[in-house]
Amino acid sequence: MEIIVASAIGVLTAGGVYLILRLRTFPVILGLAMLSYAVNVFLFASGRLAIDQSPILSKYADISYTDPLPQALVLTAIVISFGMTAVLVMIGLGAYLEAGDDHIDLDGSEPEAGKDGTA
Amino acid sequence: MMHWIILPVVLPALLAPLIGFVMRHDMTLTRTASVAGTLLLFAISLGLVLLAADGETHVYRLGDWPAPFGIVLVLDRLSALMVVLTAALAVIVLIHAIASGWDARGWHFHTLFQFQLMGVCGAFLTGDVFNLFVFFEVLLIASYGLMIHAGGTRRIQAGLQYVVANLAGSTLFLFALGAIYASTGTLNLADLAVRVAELPREEAGLVRVAAMLLLVVFAVKAALFPVQFWLPGTYSNAPAPVAALFAIMTKVGAYAILRVHATAFGPEVPATGDLVGDWLFPAAIVTIAIGAFGVLGARRVMPLISFSVIGSMGTLLLAIASFSPGATTAALYYLVHSTFAAACLFLVADLVVTRRGSDLLNAMPATAQNGLFAALFFGAAIGMAGMPPLSGFLGKLLILDALRAPEVMPWAWTAILVGSLLTIVGFARAGSELFWKSTSIPLPVASPGEAAVDAAVVPATPGATPLEIAPAVLTIAALVGLAAFAGPVAGYLEDTAIQLFDRAQYIGAVLTTGGEG
Repeated sequence: MEIIVASAIGVLTAGGVYLILRLRTFPVILGLAMLSYAVNVFLFASGRLAIDQSPILSKYADISYTDPLPQALVLTAIVISFGMTAVLVMIGLGAYLEAGDDHIDLDGSEPEAGKDGTA
Repeated sequence: MMHWIILPVVLPALLAPLIGFVMRHDMTLTRTASVAGTLLLFAISLGLVLLAADGETHVYRLGDWPAPFGIVLVLDRLSALMVVLTAALAVIVLIHAIASGWDARGWHFHTLFQFQLMGVCGAFLTGDVFNLFVFFEVLLIASYGLMIHAGGTRRIQAGLQYVVANLAGSTLFLFALGAIYASTGTLNLADLAVRVAELPREEAGLVRVAAMLLLVVFAVKAALFPVQFWLPGTYSNAPAPVAALFAIMTKVGAYAILRVHATAFGPEVPATGDLVGDWLFPAAIVTIAIGAFGVLGARRVMPLISFSVIGSMGTLLLAIASFSPGATTAALYYLVHSTFAAACLFLVADLVVTRRGSDLLNAMPATAQNGLFAALFFGAAIGMAGMPPLSGFLGKLLILDALRAPEVMPWAWTAILVGSLLTIVGFARAGSELFWKSTSIPLPVASPGEAAVDAAVVPATPGATPLEIAPAVLTIAALVGLAAFAGPVAGYLEDTAIQLFDRAQYIGAVLTTGGEG
């Protein structure tokens, strides 16, 4: 169990970092999505892994429960990363449509300098 | 319970959707509401400064849940200072945005502006690390919108880069929070300070990782080497009033380092020790160097100012790195100063660039009011470079004085002094290109190329109205005031720094049940 969760987080993170370093819009969006999945699983694991346990205290039976706080954190993180991905897709689309290519770095393109005729 | 503490968050949060949904078709109404709201925020923040001046740590429990279980907002001298700084800067920037017409060049400027204020004020007030993450996201998502306000190919490309860098930073923030929760079982800052202090050094590996991850995350915001790369592209392509407002965004990162690391991962905590300061110090020195060389090498005005912002952040973090009340007093003075200096430079540069039609540093025919702009730029530049008589000089002097320990002094003094010299040279070169050489060039017969390129950006206004100049003058007046009243201000900041490092008082105020309720 632990090894599966740990390696899943590791693989997702590695893939995410690799894709972000591609510096093109679509791979970067996918990479950030993978990173946010990795962090969501990681946040779950931060409350200790527990199977078949509810996150609620029972007043009828003295049963063990899993930590509810990481689940609340993950929920917040999912909502935020979902919204951020949507914003990123819109800005990425805008940049692609305006500039005609999907590179993210600004280096090597100084369009205004060329237009000014100097520099 | 004192409800004043949450007002700097609630007021913009209520005003923003009201402006966005109800008032968006009436520009006058939008502007009036936005200015009124920001002025009200300023008044509230002054009230909070008075409230915090008694030296107590005021705690606001949301939903009246006791501290480690519920989220708390904490008002002490430091957070009151940061909120009032934010509000003052916001008023100035808003006047400029309205007077120069930037706010009308795209949709929802004022809505995003208010959301931005909400996020910044919330980040300054919160006493919970996860809540800090949420307010970071609020201020970031508003800043994405502001950054690409008014559009344009290059601005959207720069905005995309900015968004990606900060999204990666946010993900790191979550990793750090997960590690903190896994090792200590709490995310409340005061509770965290208690738990981390109890950890023996051998068992604190994960906490140290989390502390360093948090440092990287805040360094992204504060534009610290090696994660400063996003700043020049972002600030120099953002609309000028937005860049001026972003002067407070880098300070959010510096504030977060100061607050979180001084409270929970400070040098006297066995689990972390000097770890944070040891990494922060060399990084800050490299940051100063990058800023100075960037200023020297810039061929455009906006990147020049952006690099000077990086240099000032390096100086600020150099003082923060020693995590001592003395150096923090100097750092806070310099923080207030550099916020106004950076904002002033962007505002003045906007006045000049919109009239020149290009921000290239080359000699072009003089614009109208050349002398006035030159004087304003000169004032802002000596403020930023740290020359007397403005407050930058006193700020750097205080920092130099605080960094006298024999093991830091050679590095810190060399970096700050050489960095200041290079910055002065860079600004002098820029100023002479922009204002002096231009006076010796005769007016050509309207350069058609430029007129076509920036036709949307260059209005046919020859001179600046008093309302357009007022914000820049106000920021310089703030620098003068900061220098003139350096004694009382430094006294207040010293109390602030001492209170920040009085961890027992902070922890006691937050974790006691009942409190002011």
